[in-house]
Amino acid sequence: MSGHSNWPEWVYIGVVVALLAWVGAEAWNIERIVEHVPENAEVIKVTGQQWFWTFEHADGTVEKGELHVKKGVPYKFEVTSKDVIHSFNIPDYLVLMDAVPGRINTVWFLPVDEGEYPIQCREYCGLIHYNMRGTLYVEGGA
Amino acid sequence: MVLELQRPRPIWQIMFSTHHTDIGLLYTIMSVAFLFMGGALALAIRVEMFAPGPQFIADSMTYNRIFTVHGTNMIFLFLLPFASAVGNYFVPIMVRYKDMAYPKLNAIAFWMIPPAAALIWLGFADFGWYAQPPYSMISAPSPAAEMWIFGLKILGVSSILGAINFIVTILKCKHPDLPLSKVPLLGWSFLSSSLIVLVAIPTFAAALLMLLTDRLGVTGFFNPALGGDPIAYSHLFWFTFHPEVYVLVIPAIGMMYEIIPRFSRKPIFSHSSGMFAFILLSIVSFASWAHHMFATGMSFTEKTVFMVGTLAAVPASAMHVFNFLATMWGGRAKYSAPMMWSVGGIALFFSAGAGGVVNTAMPLDFITHDSYWVVGHFHLFVFGTIAFGSFGFLYYMFPFITGRMYNELWGKVHFVLVLIGAVLVFFTQHILGLYGMPRRVFDYPPFPEWIAMNQIQAVGAVLLGVGMTIFLVNLIYSSAKGKEANMEDPFGLGGKYYYPYQAKNPHHD
Repeated sequence: MSGHSNWPEWVYIGVVVALLAWVGAEAWNIERIVEHVPENAEVIKVTGQQWFWTFEHADGTVEKGELHVKKGVPYKFEVTSKDVIHSFNIPDYLVLMDAVPGRINTVWFLPVDEGEYPIQCREYCGLIHYNMRGTLYVEGGA
Repeated sequence: MVLELQRPRPIWQIMFSTHHTDIGLLYTIMSVAFLFMGGALALAIRVEMFAPGPQFIADSMTYNRIFTVHGTNMIFLFLLPFASAVGNYFVPIMVRYKDMAYPKLNAIAFWMIPPAAALIWLGFADFGWYAQPPYSMISAPSPAAEMWIFGLKILGVSSILGAINFIVTILKCKHPDLPLSKVPLLGWSFLSSSLIVLVAIPTFAAALLMLLTDRLGVTGFFNPALGGDPIAYSHLFWFTFHPEVYVLVIPAIGMMYEIIPRFSRKPIFSHSSGMFAFILLSIVSFASWAHHMFATGMSFTEKTVFMVGTLAAVPASAMHVFNFLATMWGGRAKYSAPMMWSVGGIALFFSAGAGGVVNTAMPLDFITHDSYWVVGHFHLFVFGTIAFGSFGFLYYMFPFITGRMYNELWGKVHFVLVLIGAVLVFFTQHILGLYGMPRRVFDYPPFPEWIAMNQIQAVGAVLLGVGMTIFLVNLIYSSAKGKEANMEDPFGLGGKYYYPYQAKNPHHD
């Protein structure tokens, strides 16, 4: 409460606010692009339940714990759950979306490299949450 | 201040006392006891994660119960009661009143905590500290879940009673010659955090009742099978518990405001900017709760609103950091243990805040959400900032409570070990999160990066354990056998700065 001038603090706050505004604007812009689902995306219905994932492709094939996709094809996941909240996660492709019973959440991705990638549950869902894992197979072709 | 242990009294005189310093002592002892109980659970978790496969914890159910009780215990039985301990000792002194406004209510608020703690510890629930339905509703075993719900219910009431007491003491009982703007910043921190408690906690109290009736099967608020929505619980929960983070961090910052100017031997850089930042933080703390829920399928607009609300909290926190640094600038700092803890706490507060900006930037949140990054991030707050501030303040209060000095050398060893341990555990957790490891897992596949980083964490956890054991021994030994403190100036800072120890406990005279 002494009479000294406080201008360095205001300059500093100005810099902080400017940085935050930049981060916020970038995040807004990137999220807007990331959330835009390509129109030719194939739909895969993803259902979580204690404690495994079920995948239903557009052509009706159903896979459990394994997901086979083709390289270069965009996919749109429609994620839901049969019991408690799970979170569908492919860490290598930064795919993350909660599987909430009674809701369908969407997220999309474009596999670009052939190979096997882990699929896991990222929301605590009980006894075997730690082993609610699966494998994503990205195959050539198309 | 009180010299509790220098002039021994029968224990029931302290237990049944309603004087603020006695209740402060009870809060201190209880919160430190729970700190060590919760810390033992944390050590168990980190050692269990040392390698893939079960180590010594028998099954995932036990592991899930351990992390649930660790989290609940640390937040509700260590951090909050420790803040109440400091508030009880210092708020009446800082507003120059003889006691808290409602001494009996104060004692009741304290004595509600032990039964609640018993419910939480004996129940040992398994649904994580935020009890997310539908899991907590349809899957979590009884009676642990009910015991947790009732325990939290009691703690919520206790918090509300405590908050009312602090607000009334500060606003209505302060000395008429003392304008509110001259109340020390530690007092201001309790005013702001208590106001947040009053606005935030009732929402969670309602959510707990709804969860209980849902479990009993008579309602379906959060049950999708009955048309309810589990995400509604998340909103109610985080509307309470995001502000609750500020309820914890604001008193810790207040404690640093007490320590830093004294040990820098320089007045605080700007009292008014500290007050302003406290008020700002209390308001913006309510604008950010749903940033915990970006991945639940929120719309782009909702996410944008809560990202902006979250970023708004950063300038206020940055003002505090600036104020600390500007106070230390050009001061003759004396690095006794309280000062070391405060400075360490500020450094980790800065890191935690920077990580928070990453979390709230929408696309990045989907990388960090529910991964180990988040665990590292909030531990930098709750441990790196709040517990660091609390340890520093406990050392600072020590001579005023006991009339004796703690061992300064071991206080510094404690700091160094815990700082290294905290960096090893919590910074590694950030990186581990970027490698995709989910939180709350009992076991993990043997990916080499995951194993290496879990082992670094286990080493850090052991360092933390050693440091904290030194702390405990130092506290117990020094309170009985430590050298007598010079009560006029226990830290040898020169007599220019007053210590708030003048208040007398009538039971002592």
